[in-house]
Amino acid sequence: MTPELSFRAGLKDVLPTVFGYIGVGLAFGIVANTSHLSLLMVAGLSFIVYAGSAQFIIASMLVAHDPLSAIMLSTFLVNSRMILMSTSLAQAFRHESLTKNLLIGSLVTDETFALAMNKRNRTEGHLSFAWQSAANVVAYLVWGVATILGAVLGSFIQNPTQFGFDFALTAMFIGLVYLQLISDKHLGLTRQLLVMIFVALIYYISLRFTSANLALLIATILGCFFGMELKKCH
Amino acid sequence: MSLTLFELWVILGCGVVTLLSRTLPFVFVKRLQLPAGVIDFLTFVPITIMTALCCQGLFIAHAGHWATIDWANLYAAIPATLAGILTKSLLAVVVVGIMAMAVIRYFNWG
Repeated sequence: MTPELSFRAGLKDVLPTVFGYIGVGLAFGIVANTSHLSLLMVAGLSFIVYAGSAQFIIASMLVAHDPLSAIMLSTFLVNSRMILMSTSLAQAFRHESLTKNLLIGSLVTDETFALAMNKRNRTEGHLSFAWQSAANVVAYLVWGVATILGAVLGSFIQNPTQFGFDFALTAMFIGLVYLQLISDKHLGLTRQLLVMIFVALIYYISLRFTSANLALLIATILGCFFGMELKKCH
Repeated sequence: MSLTLFELWVILGCGVVTLLSRTLPFVFVKRLQLPAGVIDFLTFVPITIMTALCCQGLFIAHAGHWATIDWANLYAAIPATLAGILTKSLLAVVVVGIMAMAVIRYFNWG
Protein backbone atom coordinates (compact mmCIF):
# COMPACT_ATOMS: atom_id res chain seq x y z
CA MET A 1 0.00 0.00 0.00
CA THR A 2 1.50 3.32 -1.14
CA PRO A 3 0.67 6.82 0.18
CA GLU A 4 -0.96 7.63 -3.19
CA LEU A 5 -4.62 8.69 -2.87
CA SER A 6 -5.83 8.51 -6.49
CA PHE A 7 -8.84 6.55 -7.79
CA ARG A 8 -6.45 4.05 -9.40
CA ALA A 9 -4.58 3.54 -6.11
CA GLY A 10 -7.94 2.87 -4.45
CA LEU A 11 -8.72 0.15 -7.01
CA LYS A 12 -5.38 -1.48 -6.26
CA ASP A 13 -5.63 -1.18 -2.45
CA VAL A 14 -9.12 -2.72 -2.26
CA LEU A 15 -8.09 -5.93 -4.09
CA PRO A 16 -7.12 -8.05 -1.03
CA THR A 17 -10.52 -7.44 0.60
CA VAL A 18 -12.31 -8.47 -2.61
CA PHE A 19 -11.53 -12.13 -1.88
CA GLY A 20 -13.24 -11.78 1.48
CA TYR A 21 -16.34 -10.33 -0.17
CA ILE A 22 -16.42 -13.18 -2.68
CA GLY A 23 -16.10 -15.86 0.03
CA VAL A 24 -18.74 -14.45 2.37
CA GLY A 25 -20.91 -13.23 -0.55
CA LEU A 26 -21.08 -16.72 -2.10
CA ALA A 27 -21.89 -18.12 1.35
CA PHE A 28 -24.72 -15.59 1.79
CA GLY A 29 -26.15 -16.42 -1.64
CA ILE A 30 -26.18 -20.12 -0.81
CA VAL A 31 -27.73 -19.54 2.63
CA ALA A 32 -30.36 -17.25 1.04
CA ASN A 33 -31.13 -19.95 -1.52
CA THR A 34 -31.69 -22.58 1.19
CA SER A 35 -33.86 -20.04 3.03
CA HIS A 36 -35.98 -19.96 -0.19
CA LEU A 37 -35.28 -16.29 -0.92
CA SER A 38 -35.68 -15.36 -4.60
CA LEU A 39 -32.83 -13.90 -6.68
CA LEU A 40 -34.68 -10.56 -6.61
CA MET A 41 -34.72 -10.63 -2.79
CA VAL A 42 -30.99 -11.46 -2.70
CA ALA A 43 -30.27 -8.58 -5.11
CA GLY A 44 -32.50 -6.22 -3.09
CA LEU A 45 -30.77 -7.10 0.17
CA SER A 46 -27.27 -6.84 -1.32
CA PHE A 47 -27.71 -3.66 -3.37
CA ILE A 48 -30.17 -1.73 -1.17
CA VAL A 49 -29.49 -2.89 2.40
CA TYR A 50 -25.80 -3.77 1.66
CA ALA A 51 -24.86 -5.03 5.11
CA GLY A 52 -22.98 -8.36 5.21
CA SER A 53 -23.72 -9.74 8.66
CA ALA A 54 -27.17 -8.12 8.91
CA GLN A 55 -28.18 -9.83 5.64
CA PHE A 56 -27.56 -13.28 7.19
CA ILE A 57 -29.66 -12.27 10.19
CA ILE A 58 -32.46 -10.88 7.98
CA ALA A 59 -32.51 -14.17 6.02
CA SER A 60 -32.77 -16.25 9.21
CA MET A 61 -35.47 -13.97 10.65
CA LEU A 62 -37.49 -14.22 7.41
CA VAL A 63 -37.36 -18.02 7.74
CA ALA A 64 -38.54 -17.70 11.37
CA HIS A 65 -41.43 -15.40 10.24
CA ASP A 66 -40.35 -12.65 12.62
CA PRO A 67 -42.24 -9.32 12.42
CA LEU A 68 -40.88 -6.38 10.38
CA SER A 69 -40.21 -4.31 13.53
CA ALA A 70 -38.00 -7.07 15.00
CA ILE A 71 -36.10 -7.48 11.72
CA MET A 72 -35.50 -3.71 11.47
CA LEU A 73 -34.42 -3.50 15.13
CA SER A 74 -31.97 -6.39 14.70
CA THR A 75 -30.60 -4.76 11.54
CA PHE A 76 -30.08 -1.53 13.47
CA LEU A 77 -28.37 -3.33 16.37
CA VAL A 78 -26.09 -5.40 14.16
CA ASN A 79 -25.26 -2.32 12.11
CA SER A 80 -24.90 0.04 15.06
CA ARG A 81 -21.15 -0.41 14.80
CA MET A 82 -21.48 1.50 11.51
CA ILE A 83 -22.28 4.59 13.60
CA LEU A 84 -18.87 4.33 15.21
CA MET A 85 -17.06 3.48 11.95
CA SER A 86 -18.73 6.35 10.11
CA THR A 87 -18.05 8.74 13.00
CA SER A 88 -14.34 7.83 12.91
CA LEU A 89 -14.05 7.87 9.12
CA ALA A 90 -15.94 11.17 8.78
CA GLN A 91 -13.16 13.03 10.65
CA ALA A 92 -11.00 12.64 7.52
CA PHE A 93 -13.65 14.11 5.18
CA ARG A 94 -14.85 17.17 7.13
CA HIS A 95 -13.35 19.50 4.51
CA GLU A 96 -15.30 17.82 1.66
CA SER A 97 -18.82 18.86 0.60
CA LEU A 98 -21.87 17.35 2.29
CA THR A 99 -22.78 15.50 -0.94
CA LYS A 100 -19.37 13.82 -1.06
CA ASN A 101 -19.67 12.96 2.64
CA LEU A 102 -23.07 11.34 2.03
CA LEU A 103 -21.75 9.40 -0.99
CA ILE A 104 -18.83 8.01 1.01
CA GLY A 105 -20.98 7.34 4.07
CA SER A 106 -23.62 5.39 2.17
CA LEU A 107 -21.11 2.64 1.24
CA VAL A 108 -19.03 2.28 4.42
CA THR A 109 -18.36 -1.35 5.42
CA ASP A 110 -16.20 -3.13 8.01
CA GLU A 111 -13.61 -3.88 5.35
CA THR A 112 -13.46 -0.50 3.58
CA PHE A 113 -13.39 1.20 6.99
CA ALA A 114 -10.50 -1.02 8.13
CA LEU A 115 -8.74 -0.38 4.82
CA ALA A 116 -9.11 3.39 5.22
CA MET A 117 -7.77 3.31 8.78
CA ASN A 118 -4.81 1.30 7.46
CA LYS A 119 -4.23 3.78 4.63
CA ARG A 120 -4.28 6.75 7.02
CA ASN A 121 -1.21 5.33 8.77
CA ARG A 122 0.69 5.84 5.51
CA THR A 123 -0.67 9.26 4.49
CA GLU A 124 -0.27 11.27 7.72
CA GLY A 125 -4.00 10.97 8.39
CA HIS A 126 -5.20 12.08 4.96
CA LEU A 127 -7.80 10.35 2.78
CA SER A 128 -9.29 11.44 -0.54
CA PHE A 129 -12.79 11.21 -2.02
CA ALA A 130 -11.39 9.53 -5.18
CA TRP A 131 -9.44 6.86 -3.26
CA GLN A 132 -12.29 6.06 -0.84
CA SER A 133 -14.89 5.96 -3.64
CA ALA A 134 -12.81 3.50 -5.66
CA ALA A 135 -12.55 1.16 -2.66
CA ASN A 136 -16.25 1.59 -1.78
CA VAL A 137 -17.65 1.02 -5.28
CA VAL A 138 -15.49 -2.05 -6.01
CA ALA A 139 -16.50 -3.59 -2.67
CA TYR A 140 -20.19 -2.82 -3.34
CA LEU A 141 -20.24 -4.36 -6.83
CA VAL A 142 -18.20 -7.45 -5.89
CA TRP A 143 -20.43 -8.12 -2.88
CA GLY A 144 -23.65 -7.85 -4.93
CA VAL A 145 -22.40 -10.05 -7.78
CA ALA A 146 -20.93 -12.67 -5.40
CA THR A 147 -24.20 -13.02 -3.45
CA ILE A 148 -26.25 -13.44 -6.64
CA LEU A 149 -23.74 -15.97 -7.98
CA GLY A 150 -23.97 -17.85 -4.67
CA ALA A 151 -27.76 -17.91 -4.89
CA VAL A 152 -27.60 -19.30 -8.46
CA LEU A 153 -24.97 -21.93 -7.51
CA GLY A 154 -26.98 -22.72 -4.38
CA SER A 155 -29.80 -24.24 -6.40
CA PHE A 156 -27.36 -26.85 -7.72
CA ILE A 157 -26.22 -27.81 -4.23
CA GLN A 158 -28.74 -30.13 -2.60
CA ASN A 159 -27.75 -29.83 1.05
CA PRO A 160 -25.43 -26.85 1.63
CA THR A 161 -25.14 -27.27 5.41
CA GLN A 162 -23.37 -30.52 4.58
CA PHE A 163 -20.57 -28.38 3.10
CA GLY A 164 -20.36 -26.14 6.16
CA PHE A 165 -21.40 -22.88 4.47
CA ASP A 166 -23.71 -22.03 7.35
CA PHE A 167 -20.60 -21.59 9.50
CA ALA A 168 -19.30 -18.76 7.26
CA LEU A 169 -20.96 -16.03 9.35
CA THR A 170 -19.60 -17.23 12.72
CA ALA A 171 -16.20 -17.71 11.05
CA MET A 172 -16.36 -14.16 9.65
CA PHE A 173 -17.02 -12.71 13.12
CA ILE A 174 -14.22 -14.82 14.61
CA GLY A 175 -11.90 -13.40 11.92
CA LEU A 176 -13.13 -9.83 12.42
CA VAL A 177 -12.85 -9.95 16.21
CA TYR A 178 -9.33 -11.40 15.95
CA LEU A 179 -8.17 -8.75 13.44
CA GLN A 180 -9.74 -6.05 15.65
CA LEU A 181 -7.97 -7.50 18.69
CA ILE A 182 -4.50 -7.40 17.16
CA SER A 183 -4.84 -4.13 15.21
CA ASP A 184 -6.43 -1.76 17.73
CA LYS A 185 -3.26 -0.42 19.35
CA HIS A 186 -5.26 2.36 21.01
CA LEU A 187 -7.32 0.05 23.24
CA GLY A 188 -4.57 -2.53 23.79
CA LEU A 189 -4.64 -6.32 23.88
CA THR A 190 -5.18 -6.96 27.63
CA ARG A 191 -8.01 -4.46 27.98
CA GLN A 192 -9.76 -5.81 24.88
CA LEU A 193 -9.44 -9.40 26.13
CA LEU A 194 -10.95 -8.41 29.50
CA VAL A 195 -13.84 -6.68 27.69
CA MET A 196 -14.35 -9.79 25.51
CA ILE A 197 -14.56 -12.09 28.57
CA PHE A 198 -17.00 -9.66 30.24
CA VAL A 199 -19.20 -9.49 27.11
CA ALA A 200 -19.26 -13.31 26.76
CA LEU A 201 -20.25 -13.67 30.43
CA ILE A 202 -23.04 -11.04 30.21
CA TYR A 203 -24.27 -12.57 26.94
CA TYR A 204 -24.42 -16.05 28.53
CA ILE A 205 -26.29 -14.79 31.61
CA SER A 206 -28.70 -12.61 29.57
CA LEU A 207 -29.50 -15.53 27.27
CA ARG A 208 -31.23 -17.30 30.16
CA PHE A 209 -33.68 -14.45 30.62
CA THR A 210 -34.19 -12.92 27.17
CA SER A 211 -33.92 -13.43 23.40
CA ALA A 212 -30.57 -13.79 21.63
CA ASN A 213 -30.94 -10.36 19.98
CA LEU A 214 -31.72 -8.54 23.22
CA ALA A 215 -28.89 -10.43 24.97
CA LEU A 216 -26.59 -9.16 22.20
CA LEU A 217 -27.64 -5.54 22.84
CA ILE A 218 -27.35 -5.86 26.65
CA ALA A 219 -23.89 -7.47 26.39
CA THR A 220 -22.70 -4.82 23.90
CA ILE A 221 -23.85 -1.80 25.94
CA LEU A 222 -22.67 -3.16 29.32
CA GLY A 223 -19.40 -4.19 27.63
CA CYS A 224 -18.80 -0.60 26.47
CA PHE A 225 -19.42 0.77 30.00
CA PHE A 226 -17.12 -1.92 31.41
CA GLY A 227 -14.42 -0.87 28.91
CA MET A 228 -14.81 2.80 29.92
CA GLU A 229 -14.44 1.87 33.61
CA LEU A 230 -11.30 -0.17 32.82
CA LYS A 231 -9.87 2.84 31.03
CA LYS A 232 -10.49 5.05 34.09
CA CYS A 233 -8.58 2.58 36.30
CA HIS A 234 -5.39 3.13 34.28
CA MET B 1 -38.23 -14.81 -9.16
CA SER B 2 -40.59 -12.68 -7.15
CA LEU B 3 -40.93 -10.55 -4.06
CA THR B 4 -43.75 -10.59 -1.54
CA LEU B 5 -45.00 -7.23 -0.27
CA PHE B 6 -43.52 -8.14 3.15
CA GLU B 7 -40.10 -8.79 1.60
CA LEU B 8 -40.24 -5.45 -0.18
CA TRP B 9 -40.91 -3.72 3.17
CA VAL B 10 -38.00 -5.63 4.73
CA ILE B 11 -35.66 -4.39 1.97
CA LEU B 12 -36.87 -0.79 2.21
CA GLY B 13 -37.10 -0.70 6.02
CA CYS B 14 -33.71 -2.30 6.64
CA GLY B 15 -32.24 -0.26 3.77
CA VAL B 16 -33.31 3.02 5.39
CA VAL B 17 -32.12 1.92 8.86
CA THR B 18 -28.71 0.93 7.46
CA LEU B 19 -28.34 4.03 5.26
CA LEU B 20 -29.12 6.33 8.21
CA SER B 21 -26.66 4.48 10.48
CA ARG B 22 -23.97 5.00 7.85
CA THR B 23 -24.63 8.56 6.70
CA LEU B 24 -26.00 10.49 9.73
CA PRO B 25 -22.63 10.35 11.54
CA PHE B 26 -21.03 12.04 8.49
CA VAL B 27 -23.60 14.85 8.75
CA PHE B 28 -23.10 15.24 12.53
CA VAL B 29 -19.30 15.12 12.39
CA LYS B 30 -19.27 17.76 9.65
CA ARG B 31 -21.61 20.04 11.62
CA LEU B 32 -20.62 19.52 15.28
CA GLN B 33 -18.19 17.90 17.73
CA LEU B 34 -19.41 14.81 19.63
CA PRO B 35 -18.95 14.89 23.46
CA ALA B 36 -15.80 13.08 24.65
CA GLY B 37 -17.86 10.60 26.72
CA VAL B 38 -19.84 9.48 23.66
CA ILE B 39 -16.68 8.97 21.59
CA ASP B 40 -15.14 7.03 24.49
CA PHE B 41 -18.21 4.77 24.65
CA LEU B 42 -18.20 4.26 20.88
CA THR B 43 -14.55 3.14 20.79
CA PHE B 44 -15.62 -0.07 22.58
CA VAL B 45 -18.50 -0.88 20.24
CA PRO B 46 -16.49 -2.87 17.62
CA ILE B 47 -14.87 -5.27 20.08
CA THR B 48 -18.03 -5.72 22.19
CA ILE B 49 -20.49 -6.25 19.32
CA MET B 50 -18.15 -8.59 17.44
CA THR B 51 -17.56 -10.64 20.61
CA ALA B 52 -21.31 -10.83 21.24
CA LEU B 53 -21.89 -11.91 17.62
CA CYS B 54 -19.27 -14.68 18.02
CA CYS B 55 -21.03 -15.81 21.21
CA GLN B 56 -24.32 -15.92 19.31
CA GLY B 57 -22.76 -18.53 17.03
CA LEU B 58 -21.27 -20.55 19.89
CA PHE B 59 -24.19 -20.76 22.35
CA ILE B 60 -27.61 -22.40 21.89
CA ALA B 61 -30.35 -20.56 23.80
CA HIS B 62 -32.97 -22.44 25.84
CA ALA B 63 -35.66 -20.06 27.15
CA GLY B 64 -35.65 -20.04 30.96
CA HIS B 65 -32.62 -22.33 31.21
CA TRP B 66 -28.86 -21.84 30.92
CA ALA B 67 -27.60 -21.81 27.33
CA THR B 68 -25.60 -24.79 26.07
CA ILE B 69 -22.53 -24.82 23.83
CA ASP B 70 -22.87 -25.49 20.10
CA TRP B 71 -20.07 -28.08 20.02
CA ALA B 72 -19.88 -28.38 16.21
CA ASN B 73 -19.43 -24.59 15.91
CA LEU B 74 -16.91 -24.54 18.75
CA TYR B 75 -14.85 -27.32 17.13
CA ALA B 76 -14.90 -25.51 13.76
CA ALA B 77 -13.96 -22.26 15.52
CA ILE B 78 -10.62 -23.73 16.63
CA PRO B 79 -9.04 -24.24 13.16
CA ALA B 80 -10.71 -20.99 11.97
CA THR B 81 -9.05 -19.04 14.81
CA LEU B 82 -5.70 -20.73 14.11
CA ALA B 83 -6.02 -19.72 10.45
CA GLY B 84 -6.56 -16.12 11.58
CA ILE B 85 -3.49 -16.18 13.84
CA LEU B 86 -1.32 -17.70 11.08
CA THR B 87 -2.50 -15.64 8.09
CA LYS B 88 -4.23 -12.52 9.51
CA SER B 89 -6.60 -12.97 6.57
CA LEU B 90 -10.37 -12.81 6.91
CA LEU B 91 -10.77 -14.96 3.80
CA ALA B 92 -8.56 -17.69 5.25
CA VAL B 93 -10.61 -17.72 8.47
CA VAL B 94 -13.88 -18.08 6.54
CA VAL B 95 -12.58 -20.74 4.12
CA VAL B 96 -10.89 -22.83 6.84
CA GLY B 97 -14.00 -22.48 9.03
CA ILE B 98 -16.30 -23.71 6.24
CA MET B 99 -13.95 -26.61 5.42
CA ALA B 100 -13.64 -27.58 9.10
CA MET B 101 -17.44 -27.54 9.44
CA ALA B 102 -17.79 -29.72 6.34
CA VAL B 103 -15.40 -32.28 7.89
CA ILE B 104 -17.23 -32.12 11.25
CA ARG B 105 -20.59 -32.71 9.52
CA TYR B 106 -19.14 -35.54 7.41
CA PHE B 107 -17.96 -37.45 10.50
CA ASN B 108 -20.99 -36.38 12.56
CA TRP B 109 -18.91 -34.81 15.34
CA GLY B 110 -20.43 -32.29 17.73
